[in-house]
Amino acid sequence: MKYQTFSKIAIAFVAVFLIAGCATKQPGWDYSAYKASKPRSILVLSPINNSPDITATYSVMSFVTKPLSEAGYYVMPVAMVAEAFKENGLTQPSDMHQTPPAKLREIFGADSALYITVTKFGVSYTVVNSETTVQVQGKLVDLKTGTTLWQGVAQASSVEGEQQQGGLGALLVSAIIKQVLASTFDNSHKYSGIATERLLATGEKGSGLLFGPRSPSYSKD
Amino acid sequence: MFTKLIRLTALLALASTLAACATKTPALYSWQGYQANLDAYFRASSLSPDAQAQLMEQDLQKIRASGLAVPPGYHAHLGLLYGEQGDLDKFAQQVALEKSKFPESQTFMDFLTRNFKK
Repeated sequence: MKYQTFSKIAIAFVAVFLIAGCATKQPGWDYSAYKASKPRSILVLSPINNSPDITATYSVMSFVTKPLSEAGYYVMPVAMVAEAFKENGLTQPSDMHQTPPAKLREIFGADSALYITVTKFGVSYTVVNSETTVQVQGKLVDLKTGTTLWQGVAQASSVEGEQQQGGLGALLVSAIIKQVLASTFDNSHKYSGIATERLLATGEKGSGLLFGPRSPSYSKD
Repeated sequence: MFTKLIRLTALLALASTLAACATKTPALYSWQGYQANLDAYFRASSLSPDAQAQLMEQDLQKIRASGLAVPPGYHAHLGLLYGEQGDLDKFAQQVALEKSKFPESQTFMDFLTRNFKK
């Protein structure tokens, strides 16, 4: 009897974990405009950086091509896009984001543009811990109509799934070790990759990007 | 015994969770070091455009051997690296490859071809 109760609880826990594990970030996004627009190609503009770390923009930019391409879209070559803006006197991401959609469509021929803002990038220290966090926001816009097709936000952090144990002494030691590690290795860049992959994930019902025409899963989601 | 059962149930459930959340679609492209190459480019790293182009040419062999497609932007980026070294023939060659593999790039590739000649 007692064991059966246990097993029920165990199963209930696992069920909760199952649901939490696949949880969606923004339930209930209205995909009707996105589905009607059927974008084939995406122009990713250099991300606006609201963090103090100047490397944030191009760290995130180096990670966007893979998830979007594997989702089935053609991604305008990111470095060439940045160079084309530079040639036209636009070096700041905020200026690039101000360019009218019609002008972007004329030069790049893309169906849609992805506007990314980096809201967190880097290490924050508390007395007993150090945490590397990267947070990114994204907005996909139809370049023919200017309509917003999708919006999302995602984060990755070094303290995810970390267990706090061993009392204050152990915490302090681990904080010191982590500060040393954080300054030695390029931690922010690593979490930037994870956050970007999360932001641009497909197959997450109700929150993620839809599959594009080059994917076998196109229009099945 | 019951404990074992519970453990087994939990394990199975965990396995199914992981399987359920895993991406089901197989990769469309072979990436090799492309993302690291983009990062090196953006950071204006110690790697010269020539060294970066050589890495990308080596990876191109691996991509072809993999049987998967060359990723979007790969040929265009390689062309950019040649262009920066003043090799406009190789620039044009890579831009043409990008355009033929991905017709979605046509407008931008034509724009570059018109504007990259100095």
